[in-house]
Amino acid sequence: MIRFLIKGLLRDRSRSLFPVMVVAIGVALTVLLQSWINGVMSDMIRSNANYSTGHIKLTTRAYAANEEQNPNDLALLDAGPLTDRLQKKYPGLHFVSRIRFGGLLDIPDEQGETREQAPVAGLGIDLLSPGSTEADRLNIRKSIIRGRMPEKPGEVLVSEDLARKLAVGPGRAATVLGSTMYGSMAMHNFTIVGTVRFGIAAMDRGAMVADLDDVRRMLDMEDTAAELLGYFDDGQYRDTAAVRIVAEVNAAVDNPTDEFAPVMRALRDQNDLAEYLDLAKNMTRIISGVFVVAMSIVLWNLGLIAGLRRYGEIGVRLAIGEQKGHIYCSMLLESVAVGLLGTLAGIAVGLIPAWYLQEYGVDIGAMMDNSSMMISSVMRAQITVQTFLIGFVPGLLSTVLGTALAGTGIYRRQTSQLFKELEV
Amino acid sequence: MDKQIIVQTKRLTKHFPVGGGQFTALRDINLTFSKGEFTGVVGPSGSGKTTLLNIIGSLDAPSEGSVTVLGKPVEALTHKQAADLRCRHLGFIFQTYNLLPVYTVYENVEFPLLLLDLSAKEREEAVLQAVESVGLMPKLKSRPAQLSGGECQRVAIARAMVKKPAIVLADEPTANLDAENSHHILQTMEKLNTKFQTTFIFSTHDDKVIQYLRRKITLEDGEVAEDQEAGIRDQEEEG
Repeated sequence: MIRFLIKGLLRDRSRSLFPVMVVAIGVALTVLLQSWINGVMSDMIRSNANYSTGHIKLTTRAYAANEEQNPNDLALLDAGPLTDRLQKKYPGLHFVSRIRFGGLLDIPDEQGETREQAPVAGLGIDLLSPGSTEADRLNIRKSIIRGRMPEKPGEVLVSEDLARKLAVGPGRAATVLGSTMYGSMAMHNFTIVGTVRFGIAAMDRGAMVADLDDVRRMLDMEDTAAELLGYFDDGQYRDTAAVRIVAEVNAAVDNPTDEFAPVMRALRDQNDLAEYLDLAKNMTRIISGVFVVAMSIVLWNLGLIAGLRRYGEIGVRLAIGEQKGHIYCSMLLESVAVGLLGTLAGIAVGLIPAWYLQEYGVDIGAMMDNSSMMISSVMRAQITVQTFLIGFVPGLLSTVLGTALAGTGIYRRQTSQLFKELEV
Repeated sequence: MDKQIIVQTKRLTKHFPVGGGQFTALRDINLTFSKGEFTGVVGPSGSGKTTLLNIIGSLDAPSEGSVTVLGKPVEALTHKQAADLRCRHLGFIFQTYNLLPVYTVYENVEFPLLLLDLSAKEREEAVLQAVESVGLMPKLKSRPAQLSGGECQRVAIARAMVKKPAIVLADEPTANLDAENSHHILQTMEKLNTKFQTTFIFSTHDDKVIQYLRRKITLEDGEVAEDQEAGIRDQEEEG
């Protein structure tokens, strides 16, 4: 009997191909929208985490209080052992040291005299250690416009906008003028080996990226870190876990009122991100939820109509002597098959544009020229585990529920009444 | 020797709720049908023909009175028991054929057998025999859309007959057919009736059908107005 029903299902395109296509389209749209909303809403969080806040951040108490001034004189000492201790205690997190600094970037002419100068927002990160994940975290390789990645000490990247403003390119020497950790003047020569555009307006205006050791040498900050950032291994910010770790670490600090005592903050505690975090979470749920409900209604109706369309066939099967329960089960099974196939196809189809939007995104840079927000100028989708699962709600559940509802007509009526309705 | 009674109705009454009140479709019907009958229930639209067939076919239950089909009281049957009765002992032929359009002639005829515990070989033998009996062997792999109306109805007859039921209930079987096809269909059914001693009960107001009947029950306003037991065609031909 099952073979007989499968044969009928495959032959009748209005029962198989058409519903599968409709389900697939609905699911594909759901998958695409969910990944897009998810990506857009979490973009600011991701950008802030990668470039500024980490998932958690450890600094001195005083540094945290004046963070916007990059007070490197208040940096964490003995950063290496501190990192090792944290890494051992929280193996699910990856800790990295960073130093932010401000200064002047001086471009000399052929005689070594100043030709151009511009303020620069420097970022010292681990670029040269084998296995360092920082370049990938900041997406530097893909952000290079001209030149290459730094490969040895003394090599730096500058933002493309800054490079154009200073009329320099890869291969040019540059000097950074700044202030050491101890307040004396810092002066260090670098070679610009590449230009970058991060796609974040606040960074693209005047950023310089150098290796952490170079910056330490320049600023007399051996074995220190202005900031120690922690990232969850899977790259996703998990608020509850972050808040718990922060509470644990802060509770273990011996003298919490000391201005040089370390203090840890979760992403939500920085850059006024708490409200945005809650908003993003709720908005993602609401928008995805509304769309899922809308698609569910559409696909519910599909199941309903598919069920009603087959009342003629059902009538004949009843007359021939098939049990009502058997007919109902076969309708549900058919619906599960259609829903499952459509859902899988829809997820596959929806993931293609979602993946494209995740990889390449949509450039809204033209609208972000004067923005100082830590938000990407390329809006991207984000594919998560939810993206794979969300399509099953409208695709499978709603389709089957629609059929289940349509099928209850078989039970609710007298067989002869049903017969009249079936137009047998 | 008395004929074996396979359907008996006693004081059968059927009401349908209409608006706030009720409509009586059948009133106090007392009938018996014997094995091998070729009987028609005739009458104008709304006289209760289809309702009577539905109750005999265990698709509906009487409001009052009793109906016994093959020894089973229809009014006391559960849905499952009624389905089992239809599955094993009753065949239906409809005005609009009601073939399953995506299946071939073979598959349409095979369908009732899938509900019975028969092996593939037994099913094949039964299907081929039934299709052959209605003269459609060359169309075995055709789908209903590729058949004429008469051929579709012959497939429906084969489907009704394939499990060799005790009773075939045919609701206006010739209503959609021309005269030639109607006669062909009726001759086929008459032949099967004779060959297998299957009881045929028609609901009809088609004169072409009436002339083949060996018994004619006339319903008017839900009551039996006439029950003519003679071989009608033979009588008319003789007259």
